Amino acid sequence: MKIHEYQSKRIFAKYGVPIPNGNVAITPKDARDIAKDLGGRVIIKSQVLVGGRGKAGGVKLANSPEEAEKYAAAILGMDIKGLTVRKVLIDEATNIKSEIYLGITNDRARRMPVMMVSAEGGVEIEEVARKTPEKIIKAHIHPLLGLQGYQIRDIAASIELPRKHWKEFGVIASGLWQAYNESDATLAEINPLVITDEDTLLAVDGKMLIDDSAIFRHPDIAEMRDIDVEAEAETIAREHDLSYIKLDGEIGCMVNGAGLAMTTMDIVKLFGGSPANFLDIGGGADAEKVGAAFRIILSDPNVKVVLINIFGGITRCDEVAKGVLEAIDEVKPDVPMVVRLVGTNAEEGRKMIAEADMITAETLADAAKKAVAASREA
Amino acid sequence: MSILINKETRLLVQGITGNEGLFHTNQMVNYGTNVVGGVTPGKGGEWVLDGKVPVFDSVKIAAEVTGANTSVIFVPARFAADAIFEAADAGIEFIVCITEGVPVKDMMRVRAYIDQLDTRLLGPNCPGLLTPGEAKVGIIPGNIAIPGNVGAVSRSGTLTYEVLYALKQKGMGASTCVGIGGDPVNGTNFVDVLAMFEEDPQTDKIVMLGEIGGTDEEMAAEFIATRMTKPVAAFIAGQTAPPGKRMGHAGAIIQSGSGAAADKIKALEEAGVRVAKHPEELPDLLG
Repeated sequence: MKIHEYQSKRIFAKYGVPIPNGNVAITPKDARDIAKDLGGRVIIKSQVLVGGRGKAGGVKLANSPEEAEKYAAAILGMDIKGLTVRKVLIDEATNIKSEIYLGITNDRARRMPVMMVSAEGGVEIEEVARKTPEKIIKAHIHPLLGLQGYQIRDIAASIELPRKHWKEFGVIASGLWQAYNESDATLAEINPLVITDEDTLLAVDGKMLIDDSAIFRHPDIAEMRDIDVEAEAETIAREHDLSYIKLDGEIGCMVNGAGLAMTTMDIVKLFGGSPANFLDIGGGADAEKVGAAFRIILSDPNVKVVLINIFGGITRCDEVAKGVLEAIDEVKPDVPMVVRLVGTNAEEGRKMIAEADMITAETLADAAKKAVAASREA
Repeated sequence: MSILINKETRLLVQGITGNEGLFHTNQMVNYGTNVVGGVTPGKGGEWVLDGKVPVFDSVKIAAEVTGANTSVIFVPARFAADAIFEAADAGIEFIVCITEGVPVKDMMRVRAYIDQLDTRLLGPNCPGLLTPGEAKVGIIPGNIAIPGNVGAVSRSGTLTYEVLYALKQKGMGASTCVGIGGDPVNGTNFVDVLAMFEEDPQTDKIVMLGEIGGTDEEMAAEFIATRMTKPVAAFIAGQTAPPGKRMGHAGAIIQSGSGAAADKIKALEEAGVRVAKHPEELPDLLG
């Protein structure tokens, strides 16, 4: 789960990371008041969960409360990569001497978190990683031991951080690790970590991703979920414990199991069609779940045909067929349907489906071809 | 012969009195698996399945009484790491965790600890294993595979069932089928299982089912090219998956330009693996 910049920075601050004075506004008037309280120059930053805010015009420097109000009015409601800006962060402006990148993520292959630091902050770290990987210093963090003091000193030395900043940097690095570890984050980054004209360190921008599987441990973070960023169908899917991702094709897919669901998309493409979505209905397939899945798939106006691909293992195919028929009776979809049932009691299931005037298929390839043909006729 | 589980397996079920645990214990017993006991804290002394299987309060007591050497975990995600630690500390040699949704931090801690012990973990978020005709541990439907000489290893559940079923339709059977699970940090990876199949006299060829995310398939390709003599056929799911989106499985995500299906397919093909365009081609590719 993504959380906003201001939320990330507030979490960092709880662990001793210095952040600029600032506050969040949802109206231009609030922005003006906050800027007035802060005094001096302020920076107005759109709070949306996508990168590239600056280039999109979502970050502005204001010299007065009046300007802050004017820029906030322009930014609030702005569309950035399909997301509407509903909040702006008003931070004290910072005079920057130099910028550092400091981040933590999980190294999947090594099965442990890794702290990454670069003296070239303020730019996309992935860009640095691609062009000049030697400029990124890495320190792996043992999951049972945590970040060690010597690792922080090694990092500070490696990026040639002036010695007078080492102590401050140590507080920030260990604070970021604690924030990461205790929040079950999968990414925590400060970019840039700034050395100011006053020679202090300041976390000017922050970003955090939280492990979806660990949200149950963090009710405070769960409340930060911004459902604006999810397509409405994805929110409904989450509520029904379905895994749904919208794509831009024409063939709606309903499958049990994530691997088989991806495979079904792939094979639709292989036979010349384009999948409209990824949808895993999980184990079992009762009428209620199938019904919810139908409604979600059909809420996409691009869908011209629905392909149902179910492997019956412990859940028998005749039970699945019953669930599908009940759901169809309730939802009454008006697009053609191709149903493939395979595995336990597939024969019985297929008979029930065929009697209900749906297209049936035996193999995956056959199902994909029939779905592609049906989408072209529609 | 087979790998990891067989007729000698003495299985303990952690979370045996829950819905899933009880249902699948019944399935495993019916398949012929030697389920020697179960664990649910607070329910020690009870029996399940009409008095066939005893329930204990802890893995330690259960292991002492029954001589269990393998355990399968059906507890909720928030208790899964604790259950794994408990089994490992009780000296269980092989732990299979079915539970989906275990926090990745928990799994990193689990691996850091159990890697120092003589314990192997399979999963989490996996369907378990099946040695046809001998034993099944987990939730793979027993009726979809027959005994044979194909070793199967996979990151997914139903996709594996598809392939086992397709093999069965052609009269081909499996030595052991291993579901390693769809999480980013798990106990056993492709290379571990490939090494076991290479050593197993009953396994003559291998089918491997990968998917987007991580670099496990690339490491498998390297292992196959340098260390394996037996033929391998593979399928990689997720060629149409968009980057940055988690495709159902916690581990199925293309990140920072890493984990794309095309990279995995290229690595495997360069290692001499026959990669299927769709899973129904696999029986023919295995020949």
